Amino acid sequence: MSARAESPVRVMSGNEACAEGALAARLRFFAGYPITPSSEIAEDLSVRLPGVGGVFLQMEDEIAAMGAVIGASLAGAKAMTATSGPGFSLKQENIGFACMAEVPCVIVNVQRGGPSTGLPTMPAQGDVMQARWGTHGDHPIIVLVPNSVAETYELTVRAFNLSEAYRTPVILLLDEIIAHVNEKVHFPEKLEVVDRKGPDEPPATYKPYRHTPDMVPPMATYGRAGYRFHVTGLAHDDTGFPTNDPEQIDKLNRRLNGKLDLHRDAIVEVARHDCDDAELAVFAYGSVARAAHQAVREARAKGIRAGLLRPRTLWPFADREVRELAGRVRTIVVPEMNLGQMAHEVEWAARGACRVIPLTRVDGLPISPAQILGMIEKA
Amino acid sequence: MTEYAKYLRLEKFPLIWCPGCGDGIVLKAILRAIDNIGLNKDEICMVSGIGCSSRTTGYVDVNTLHTTHGRALTFATGVKMARPDLNVIVVTGDGDGTAIGGNHFIHAARRNIDLTVVLYNNWIYGMTGGQVSPATPVGKKASTAVLGSFEPNFDIVALASGAGATFVARETVARPVVLEKLIEKAIRKKGFSLVEVMTPCPTTFGRRNKAGDAVEMVEFLKEHSVPLARAGTLTAEQRDEAIVTGVFVDVDRPEYTEQYARLVEKCGGRPAARAV
Repeated sequence: MSARAESPVRVMSGNEACAEGALAARLRFFAGYPITPSSEIAEDLSVRLPGVGGVFLQMEDEIAAMGAVIGASLAGAKAMTATSGPGFSLKQENIGFACMAEVPCVIVNVQRGGPSTGLPTMPAQGDVMQARWGTHGDHPIIVLVPNSVAETYELTVRAFNLSEAYRTPVILLLDEIIAHVNEKVHFPEKLEVVDRKGPDEPPATYKPYRHTPDMVPPMATYGRAGYRFHVTGLAHDDTGFPTNDPEQIDKLNRRLNGKLDLHRDAIVEVARHDCDDAELAVFAYGSVARAAHQAVREARAKGIRAGLLRPRTLWPFADREVRELAGRVRTIVVPEMNLGQMAHEVEWAARGACRVIPLTRVDGLPISPAQILGMIEKA
Repeated sequence: MTEYAKYLRLEKFPLIWCPGCGDGIVLKAILRAIDNIGLNKDEICMVSGIGCSSRTTGYVDVNTLHTTHGRALTFATGVKMARPDLNVIVVTGDGDGTAIGGNHFIHAARRNIDLTVVLYNNWIYGMTGGQVSPATPVGKKASTAVLGSFEPNFDIVALASGAGATFVARETVARPVVLEKLIEKAIRKKGFSLVEVMTPCPTTFGRRNKAGDAVEMVEFLKEHSVPLARAGTLTAEQRDEAIVTGVFVDVDRPEYTEQYARLVEKCGGRPAARAV
């Protein structure tokens, strides 16, 4: 259980920081189901939410938790769930519903080893493609991936902000290491908290899926006087009702995905370390980026001009940033706790401009700086 | 007389349901129940899953939510907890509510959260073409049980009662006025309430089982209905054939949103947001 966030600096775990960040972003509804290694997020929020008038629900299963989150968000509450691999798989259908119906919500997946029940207490990064493509059909998704406890706090707030700003589910991908490591978090004095844009027209003319220049339709909530509207997972027109009109269906699908393309630069964030004069770079995310940063420092000490490109937004993918870097370095090393899922993406973005070398680990143990340094020295 | 148009999205007509389907009778009974209570349309949220019955939400001019298959109760739970002041009505079917959604059904009942569930039981998966459901009576044919189902079917009333629902009733579309009164009671009930409505599907159940047209199927429901008060006089064999109707459970137990509000109060918080 965590104490209240009174002091500007506190030591806590990534899971606790996630709960703190969510509360700072004005989370008012959490529904979850027990699963290692994410359970502390639910435990923390079960203690904290009632005190701020929020709702904590432990549901009968992972699917129910995701459904409840969507219902609560439509009723106006900022809503979140947290899970891990098997639970993340179960939630996929309803995540797709949130994409299709444009319901803001945050889904935390603390990655553990897979596939299947896999390694409940050990870290992995095997869900990065599932986070992008886990639910069926072409759909928009934003995925954030912090590399520290402090950044977990920051990106949890950001996850809510992006979700509210673009009316779309946002996935926060932690891994078991970030979730359970204890580190210092400096709470910012001022925090930007974004709320969804409400209807700017009277009920009579309100259309819940109106095509606006920013591609994000203003959102009413259930119970707001006069604004009765329909929400469905079926293909719908701008009124929200099902349609079989090919033109309307095409318009919907292109807008749903296009809204993230349009706002891509505001969504995609990367951190760069020593990239300016680098002749070799490491592309790493999550806890692995910590080892990668250390490896880059050690390589520099040995006279190798190495750099690190670290995405804070994993999806949409930082393709332009990777492409730009690929044009300046001879090699990009991609260490991941999976069998090279993002390495493929880096290779695609590099388009042959440099060599891309995957460094993979799937034995439940973290990738060490020495492993990455070894690869840098060979490359 | 109820002015139905007041509650309907007439521009969405004609209804998707087949000729002879009983779902329209249930829809009208729900609207009369709402009208009898005098609920404001803004204060109602109607939530459904997937299937013929679940298309009801598209036609009713309240806050409506057409969710994923079997999950209506989970979405409804989220809506109700975030806005306890809304009257949340869930419409579902025998497949949606007790097969893919069976787990949510028993747990929502167990929590005794103030949701009103109207479950349209037509003994079949209608929208997907007449596949066998957990409610298909033994011996009846379906597109996935062409020689007749041999799986025992759920007694949905017993399921809800056993799981802890505080209001449980069954009626058929053959008695729409009684049905309306039961739905009205269910909406007024503070707690989890279920009204199971037996409704004919001439297209995918009737045809395959030589049950006749819509009129004959409604006649069948009428003839086989036995009020709960008389059910005790039936032999075991007669009881198997009978559709026992009436109010099976009407008890009071602490309701979930009220219990939660007390927890919030105890923790020094302010209860969930009310109407904006």
